[in-house]
Amino acid sequence: MKASTSQSINVSSSTEHLREVRNFVQKFVQQFDVNKNYLDEIILAVDEAYTNIIKHAYNNDPNHNVKIELGTSKDTLWVRLSDTGIHFNADEYQPPDLLKRIKNKQRGGMGVYLINKLMDSVEYSSAGKTNTILMRKRI
Amino acid sequence: MMKHFTITKRQEEHIAILEINGELDAHNAFQLEQQFKTLIETEAYHIIVNCSNLEYIASAGLGVFMAYIEDIRNLGGDIKLSNMTDGVYHVFDLLGFPSLYDIHRDESEALSSFKTQK
Repeated sequence: MKASTSQSINVSSSTEHLREVRNFVQKFVQQFDVNKNYLDEIILAVDEAYTNIIKHAYNNDPNHNVKIELGTSKDTLWVRLSDTGIHFNADEYQPPDLLKRIKNKQRGGMGVYLINKLMDSVEYSSAGKTNTILMRKRI
Repeated sequence: MMKHFTITKRQEEHIAILEINGELDAHNAFQLEQQFKTLIETEAYHIIVNCSNLEYIASAGLGVFMAYIEDIRNLGGDIKLSNMTDGVYHVFDLLGFPSLYDIHRDESEALSSFKTQK
């Protein structure tokens, strides 16, 4: 692993930018000696977190901003996404029951579950108007 | 370089086959949803989704399968999935899909499982 480094991008809150975000993550993570599974899992976790911000923090209004920062510290890769929309209350989150959701034709709610499975740690915080999700995964 | 998402539709006897290609995410999941709606409207309830060229799937894509499977099964059909790469299968597996969806190694296996059910 190389010395600690970080990079960030600012994107507007639209699913139009999902590919750009995935490409940004891919490029950053590929600097390190990681296998394809690791790379795929980080890309998916960031996609899900960004999609949740678009849908839930900003209610699909594309006129807002999301900041995505990626970095490393010791043997861990971290990703931080920040928004100024509606705060996500992680304490009230219930893991989805797939069978029940299928029966009720519900979709969604799977992103947070996936993020928790894909990353080693996930923290949500709010300070002033800014909400942050910080995800970490050991390299 | 990652690819955009496209869908190609074929028919094999009474079975509709959708080949989904590229990256399926929250931006383009509506395209797959539209295909399922059209199939239901045309009473084509026997569906195979061939994922051989699916390079990436996010939960929004999985959500489309979740939204339509119950209706299609209640109408006497099914959505069977085939030809997933290991990476794509991993995402389906993380969400527990293999116990609730009929997932086949390849399209011919999915086809024969429809034919034996007929």
